[in-house]
Amino acid sequence: MFPRPIEQTSAPAQWLYRIAVPVALILWLLPLIGVAVTSVRPASDLAQGNYFGMPSSLAFSNYRDVFANSPMGAYMLNSFKVTIPTVIGAVALSCMTGFALAIYRFRSNLLVFFLFVAGNFVPFQILMVPVRDLTLHLGMYNSWYGLALFHIAFQTGFCTLFMRNFIKALPFELIEAARVEGVSEVRIFWYVVLPLMRPAIAALSVLIFTFIWNDFFWATVLSNSPESQPITAGLSSLNGQWIAQWHLVSAGSILAAVPPVAMFFLMQRHFIAGLTLGAVK
Amino acid sequence: MTDFWKSNQRRIAPWLFLAPGLFMFAVYVIIPIFQSLWISLYDWDGLGAKVWIGTANYVELWDDDAFYTSLKNNVIWLILYLLAVPAGLFIAIFLNQTITGMRLYKSLFFFPFVISQVVVGLIFSWFYAPDFGLFYKLIELLTGQSIAILADDRFVTYGIIAAGLWPQIAYVMILYLTGLNNVAPDQIEAARLDGAKGWRMLWYVVLPQLRPATFIAVVVTVIGALRSFDLVSIMTDGGPYGSSRVLSFYMYEQALSEYGYRMGYGAAIAVVLFAIMMVFISGFIWKMWRDESER
Amino acid sequence: MVHYARGALALTAALLMTTAAVAQDKRVVKYNADYDPAPLAAMEQVIADFEAANPDIDIQLNNFDHEGYKTAIRNFLTADAPDLANWYAGNRMAPFVTSGQFMDVSDVWEANGLKDSLGSALASMTIDGKQWGVPYTYYQWGIYFNRDAYKAAGVDVPGPEGVSWDQFVSNCEKFAAAGIDCITTGTKALWPGAGIFDYLNLRTNGYEFHMDLTAGKVAWTDDKVRATFAEWAKIQPYVTKNHAAIDWQDAAALLVQGKAANYVMGNFAVAVFKEGGMTNDNLGFMGFPEITPGIARAEEAPTDTVHIPSGAKNVDDAKKFLAYLASADAQNKINAAMGQLPINKASTVADDPFLQAGFQMLSTADGGIAQFFDRDAPAEMAKAGMEGFQEFMVKPENLDAILERLEKIRQKVYQ
Repeated sequence: MFPRPIEQTSAPAQWLYRIAVPVALILWLLPLIGVAVTSVRPASDLAQGNYFGMPSSLAFSNYRDVFANSPMGAYMLNSFKVTIPTVIGAVALSCMTGFALAIYRFRSNLLVFFLFVAGNFVPFQILMVPVRDLTLHLGMYNSWYGLALFHIAFQTGFCTLFMRNFIKALPFELIEAARVEGVSEVRIFWYVVLPLMRPAIAALSVLIFTFIWNDFFWATVLSNSPESQPITAGLSSLNGQWIAQWHLVSAGSILAAVPPVAMFFLMQRHFIAGLTLGAVK
Repeated sequence: MTDFWKSNQRRIAPWLFLAPGLFMFAVYVIIPIFQSLWISLYDWDGLGAKVWIGTANYVELWDDDAFYTSLKNNVIWLILYLLAVPAGLFIAIFLNQTITGMRLYKSLFFFPFVISQVVVGLIFSWFYAPDFGLFYKLIELLTGQSIAILADDRFVTYGIIAAGLWPQIAYVMILYLTGLNNVAPDQIEAARLDGAKGWRMLWYVVLPQLRPATFIAVVVTVIGALRSFDLVSIMTDGGPYGSSRVLSFYMYEQALSEYGYRMGYGAAIAVVLFAIMMVFISGFIWKMWRDESER
Repeated sequence: MVHYARGALALTAALLMTTAAVAQDKRVVKYNADYDPAPLAAMEQVIADFEAANPDIDIQLNNFDHEGYKTAIRNFLTADAPDLANWYAGNRMAPFVTSGQFMDVSDVWEANGLKDSLGSALASMTIDGKQWGVPYTYYQWGIYFNRDAYKAAGVDVPGPEGVSWDQFVSNCEKFAAAGIDCITTGTKALWPGAGIFDYLNLRTNGYEFHMDLTAGKVAWTDDKVRATFAEWAKIQPYVTKNHAAIDWQDAAALLVQGKAANYVMGNFAVAVFKEGGMTNDNLGFMGFPEITPGIARAEEAPTDTVHIPSGAKNVDDAKKFLAYLASADAQNKINAAMGQLPINKASTVADDPFLQAGFQMLSTADGGIAQFFDRDAPAEMAKAGMEGFQEFMVKPENLDAILERLEKIRQKVYQ
């Protein structure tokens, strides 16, 4: 263990540590706590300059106001409409590409693999003008599927890297045994490999969900009205309208943060497994 | 037909599996890169006809003050963002204990990374807000000066980077926590018997074992620094008077913002950013390639 | 009973069919716009009136949010053009005119005598000798002030005729002594600063020079431009210190609270001041003071317009609607709801002290009417200029560097 386990130190040091951790946590999350408190602060508090003290009462009505006076509900729905198909599409495509690159030896294998890896690191801006043009020409500008199609394609890069490394670590003997028995390649993929990929699929799904939910750049480039804008772009435009109404901005922020945070808490194990794949060998 | 499939399926199958993914990736990622290179040689407002102007966009960039401001800020971003690596390592070491509730503490520490950068940007704007922001008050209390961070060209970039570091440190922390879990205990004990502790232990025994985690942490941090768009857009919109621009934002501004619509010029900026990124990407790929061949 | 029911059914079916047939007969005009709620309601009323007079035309209004519209228009003009679209006069419409996205509507102007009735806006709607749209509203800029703040600082409250420039500057010193910002603004979104520049330049050098400058005919390093900035330097220390960090609405709150005394703004801000609790009793308005004596008084009044995209499918009916929108009646209706000024000279100005004062001020402006910096100058110059104004307001000592930068951009933009 590094550092030395705290149990091996003196009693005062142990106590100190037990206090230090929660104190550090509160300091670390102070910005978030501040916003959470502000989101239930009545507007009158802000008007009187009570920005950081205790709220005079809990105004959950801020959340009601957000839903009633802005298209927040539509924004959230749009985010789901973009995010869920993207998760399904990107994971499905990368199961196949990952399988192909991990199992078969062919000459351009590494080349294709590194094409995916490199593409995944590319700055968005180099894609912006052509992708926007393509989406316009396909008549998909300002629609959830226009956004989802792009996200599926782009995320395939990262997902392929992930899936390929995962499948590479599976015991190859299973596949050889199936081949000896004359099982077709498609059936090997479907019946032998896919069932073993469940943890990877789960991990990728949560990761991609978070990435896409939080995407702001493409949401601004490929959509521009509440009928199709996801919540990140929506929140940004609402921020322009809610000048000085920090209680509404905060409530909107919390709403935008809830789905990925919930996803993270529910699927924590998979999430961290996904993020750290490759960080340890 | 079936005979052909049977005898050749192991040569054809990989391409069948690759086809849909490769097609999508080619249409939306690979081909657009070349299209952008092409567009950067034109003068185009996104409406009318494209006019071929050769390298004129690049010549203009060469003499564009805003471009150099962006470039300078990108360098600052890159350097300061890398602070997330040691900071994340420090928190990971701090938290690598097994007291009760540690699992929950760790996930709460990780929180900022899960939240959208839009929300992070809004949170920090509110922190820095003149007259009532918590950070503003704190600075006023400590220095007696009132400084509106996001409206002061001396501090604005640092203020945005600080906001960006918050989630990035959380990300690096989780990478190192997993790495620390896998550090071989026997080597630690052996080193301890040899009298190594503290910094020496960290530097000579632990860090070498964390190398894969460090590699990933540096990769994601460098990419994150060069991609920084969301925070600049949300917190300052490039201001005050353009002093917090970075290349990714300047590109968007030139191509798509209210006073922009210079698609060709925007594409040229994107090409420069791409070239800078390629230096790093090639480095990463080269290392991964080496690791692959060693296997 | 059954009999009746069947009869009723048949009748309903027949009715449904006739309404369907009517709907089919109607010629659709698609109209993309960016109205805020109050003007939207007014425009819907105008459309209803128009449809009542033209029962065979169906105007379908598709409303966008104000900021999103500015980027959306680029897309729908090329990808899916409506028959009518909102935009702005002056150079702001030039990119769409030169790229052939807007249709020449000179015939509408000719046939309806608009060159006379909308004469005040003719110049700002004309490019290459043709008219490219129809203006329906405009609003004045000027200085809005808080009378209570004047009283609190012991400064004489300006009358309707305003104050002299020297008086204004010396008032600022008194406000500073009383701890009140003499001038407030929020330049986070850049454009409010341009309003101040426009007026200083119009008052220092006059309309012709201002137009030459925004048209790129004069160097930014010209001594006359420096003279404008020299006047600006006199009031720069008295502008709200954190203006670059706040939005114009935040600054409006400062005026409402009496923490600031004056605000160089457009008339749309009156609604925000009144929402904050100000009334006609403590909210005042005056024109921007004269600086160079004897210069013909020019004012700033941005005009909002409706255009026909080149890709429009129902041009004839769209032109009919434009002609209607140009009428005094339609302009009365929509401007009363927007709290702005109609352009048709036969229309009446709503009974509101700020609108009346604005109308009075604009109709007697012998120097000319400017649109606004970002409508008079092309986009790239406008953006760079507004950044320069913001920088000057924060760091006046950078003036030389700012002007040289703007001059460099001028030489690039207007080739």
